[in-house]
Amino acid sequence: MSKVLMKGNEALGEAAIRAGCVHFFGYPITPQTEIPEYLCKRLPEVGGVFLQAESEVAAIHMVYGAAGAGVRCMTSSSSPGISLMAEGMSYIAACELPCVVINMMRAGPGLGGILPAQSDYFQATRGHGHGDYQCIVLAPASVQEAVDLMTLAFDLAEKYRNPVMVCADGMIGQMMEPVEFRTEGRGPPMAENDWALTGCEGRPRRIVNSLHLAPEQNFACNVRLKEKYDRAAREEVRFEVYGDERPDLLVVAFGTMARISKSAIDDLRREGRRVGLFRPITLNPWPYARCRAAMDAMPVGAKVLDVEMSMGQMIYDVKLAAEGTRAIEFFGKAGGLVPSPDEVAERIRALLP
Amino acid sequence: MKATNVLMAGFGGQGMLLAGKVLAQAAMAKGLQVSWLPSYGPEMRGGTANVIVCISKDPIASPLVSRPDALLAMNLPSLDRFEKSVVPGGTIVVNGTLIARESSRADCRVVRVDTRALAQAAGNERAVNFVMLGAYVGATGVLPAETVEEAIADEFREGKEKHIESNVAAFRVGLEEGRRAAFASEVHA
Repeated sequence: MSKVLMKGNEALGEAAIRAGCVHFFGYPITPQTEIPEYLCKRLPEVGGVFLQAESEVAAIHMVYGAAGAGVRCMTSSSSPGISLMAEGMSYIAACELPCVVINMMRAGPGLGGILPAQSDYFQATRGHGHGDYQCIVLAPASVQEAVDLMTLAFDLAEKYRNPVMVCADGMIGQMMEPVEFRTEGRGPPMAENDWALTGCEGRPRRIVNSLHLAPEQNFACNVRLKEKYDRAAREEVRFEVYGDERPDLLVVAFGTMARISKSAIDDLRREGRRVGLFRPITLNPWPYARCRAAMDAMPVGAKVLDVEMSMGQMIYDVKLAAEGTRAIEFFGKAGGLVPSPDEVAERIRALLP
Repeated sequence: MKATNVLMAGFGGQGMLLAGKVLAQAAMAKGLQVSWLPSYGPEMRGGTANVIVCISKDPIASPLVSRPDALLAMNLPSLDRFEKSVVPGGTIVVNGTLIARESSRADCRVVRVDTRALAQAAGNERAVNFVMLGAYVGATGVLPAETVEEAIADEFREGKEKHIESNVAAFRVGLEEGRRAAFASEVHA
């Protein structure tokens, strides 16, 4: 199939359709509104349902209902809207229902601004709502990767019966790049299963519920979820390594910041410096072992630089990976300011021996 | 080709985002990698708007560029803000209709275009964006002119075909202006 030039948000909408998504519930917010805008036109064309809810709280609970009925469904929002969805996502995770949530991150806290940020990293990777649950979190660095990860997001949501979050930033949503949709037509409907509420005529009734007043029963749910997350940590870790394999400095960055860092690294390598990049694609499960292996390949005393569009959130995972074996430095900007390749290069240069 | 990054800036409504999209589409038609990164913010018609288009035969690392190879400045705030960032030996296209001062960059190839007069001459005074794009393509030869013309035509399909001719005409008058300026600077060099 040939490539088309598309805005990230619209490409994500098309990718969702091709992944077989049939229900979308959402509420507009910059910088992701082109996703619902695109889907409100496209979903009815393929016999799906687009519904603009009265709020993000309502939207996520509509997703909860649709997922419980066994249809492939999703929502999308940006940072403040995602906060409003926290309650519903906790319920969806507790009931072990599959859905996809896109967060096109913008600057915060509070209402913040509409420019790109990566400041929702803690929120995305640490469960987001209340209770002992996690989301699988995928972080694309280009429009093409965003499209490819949408298919994966629906697959993982159904494999693990758990919400999957696609976490990008406003820049990926707003920029245009050539994309190729690798799936022709639409994905198959959700597989036959023994949990969806499809009408119990001729079979025993099923119950979707997250209320467990007996502690043993609730604990059994906690254990079951934990086993799922452990399995995802074994099977779903994705990452990219770039640049020198035995670098004098290793940059760790995700999404847009990884891409900007690549340009800085290219410039420095042209100067003969040895610099590498480790880019987590799954922010949860985080590729601890593979990041550690990249660190262990470095010369003694070589440093690690964590670069983010936040005041420093992923750095805690980088430190967990290092387990005290490396000095971890930080460079980042927030509030909608995006560090330029030159700024990243300057910071790397200052840390190189 | 060598990788090229172009910063196109002006007032919202002057059409620089569209001109950038056409350039990206044209480069894509030539099998090149492209990215189109707009400034987006709480902006409206009359506010500032800019876009960075990256063109390369290799995958594009950062779509955000610190030092562009070319600047297309539609208004004075854009020239003031971005002129210093252009790489030495780069190209600066200045909209002479709205910018009174000269560029301060003696180490760049500067092309000055009276976009309004040229767009009017081409029969479409709104097509100042394609005059600018033409001047840039003419001065640098970044892409074959015909490829860009096809991309302009593609942009005005589906009921907007009547705009194709005048927008392509605007591109062509800009192209001639750019080629003339490039030739003149080579003669002087």
